[in-house]
Amino acid sequence: MSADHNHEPDHVHPINFDPTVPDPDPHPGLPGGDRPLRIGIGGPVGSGKTALVAALCRALGQEVELAVVTNDIYTTEDADFLRRAGVLDPARIEAVQTGCCPHTAIRDDITANLDAVDTLAERFPALRLVIIESGGDNLTAVFSRGLVDRQIFVVDVAGGDKVPRKGGPGVTTADLLVINKTDLAPQVGADLTVMAGDAHRVRGGLPVVQQSLVDTPDAPEVADWVRKLMV
Amino acid sequence: MNVMALLLADSRFPGGGHAHSGGLEEAAARGLVRTEDDLPAFLRHRLRTAGTLAAVFAAASAHLAGQGFTEWSTVDDELDARTPSAAQRAASRAQGKATARAAGQMATCPAQVLLGIGRRPHHAVILGILAGAPADAALAAAYLAISGPASAAVRLLGLDPLRVNAIVAALGDEVTAVAAAATATAHLDPADLPAPSSPGLDLLAEEHDRHHREEVRLFVS
Repeated sequence: MSADHNHEPDHVHPINFDPTVPDPDPHPGLPGGDRPLRIGIGGPVGSGKTALVAALCRALGQEVELAVVTNDIYTTEDADFLRRAGVLDPARIEAVQTGCCPHTAIRDDITANLDAVDTLAERFPALRLVIIESGGDNLTAVFSRGLVDRQIFVVDVAGGDKVPRKGGPGVTTADLLVINKTDLAPQVGADLTVMAGDAHRVRGGLPVVQQSLVDTPDAPEVADWVRKLMV
Repeated sequence: MNVMALLLADSRFPGGGHAHSGGLEEAAARGLVRTEDDLPAFLRHRLRTAGTLAAVFAAASAHLAGQGFTEWSTVDDELDARTPSAAQRAASRAQGKATARAAGQMATCPAQVLLGIGRRPHHAVILGILAGAPADAALAAAYLAISGPASAAVRLLGLDPLRVNAIVAALGDEVTAVAAAATATAHLDPADLPAPSSPGLDLLAEEHDRHHREEVRLFVS
């Protein structure tokens, strides 16, 4: 290495060989007009995935044609929640059974989810957005890039403020990390500054949103993030 | 056994099989299968009925594909006629579609064949077409008939995976025999292929489907 080869801020290698540093998404290709954008929402049990899906349906349902695929371990539980919440026409919700392995259905064998997306796209030819909600799983569960174009990982403050520090592919590589239920932080003794700091540290430059659907029921920041992907 | 047949028989192959229990979930919900001791009888029964049917059609489809056959709707109709449970037909077609989707990405897969069999082929038919030799296709189909439910038993009931795999291994000779018998009929006209049936599994599949609409079920079938 020559003496003048130093790493000033204006000098950037095209490839970072440090395996501990998450790279930006290497799969930039969002779909053109021929098929709907597919966004995955994953995260541990009870972190608020379904509530976020409902919030996005409320926020975006009037402006884009959207539909939802749910993978909840209890089969139709999530679909029923969305129907009861009245935020989406039941015909726009497809439920996928995952055979006790929610991560398999979103990562290793995505065919049932692809079939559900196809079914919705055939039913609604003008569909522009499909939200695929994973069943509640662990910190290592991520969506296959063969299934989704972008993915959101949801953790909550009640799950412990150490969760972002633990990392795992969901936390470190998701295109958007949502730290949910921030209104509960005082009750559970979670330090939001620590959570946000850890999240930014393990995620490199990838975005992090802190939200409380009690305070902002329509998830405005996440909805804006999705809107930017749609233009 | 050729690599393509091994790939198709691998539980990691993305052919939709992981979400199907072959009636095991309904049997477990009814208390018919509770422990490792209950499993061999269930698997043996499934192998000799559903497994035989799948192996017969996989072998015949492999044989026909080797001869440049194109009238796949007749084979499809014959297998439909031997699958009286609508839930089992749907489960077979769901896995067939998933398998065809995965095969569509393979450079080695004959594209015109995939076009000829439609979008939702029966699993055994697409398995046979892809597996190549009738004997390999039959062995993969017979093995899958018990490996899927065995895996479902581990996940649903928390059975010991080592003992469950020992149970599957102990059925090895019977799997081989079912595959050999199926290979021996591969050359028959599809209308003349054997038609083993299992009213018990048919009823479990229908009940599973009904319960799906009413309460919690974790597997598609």
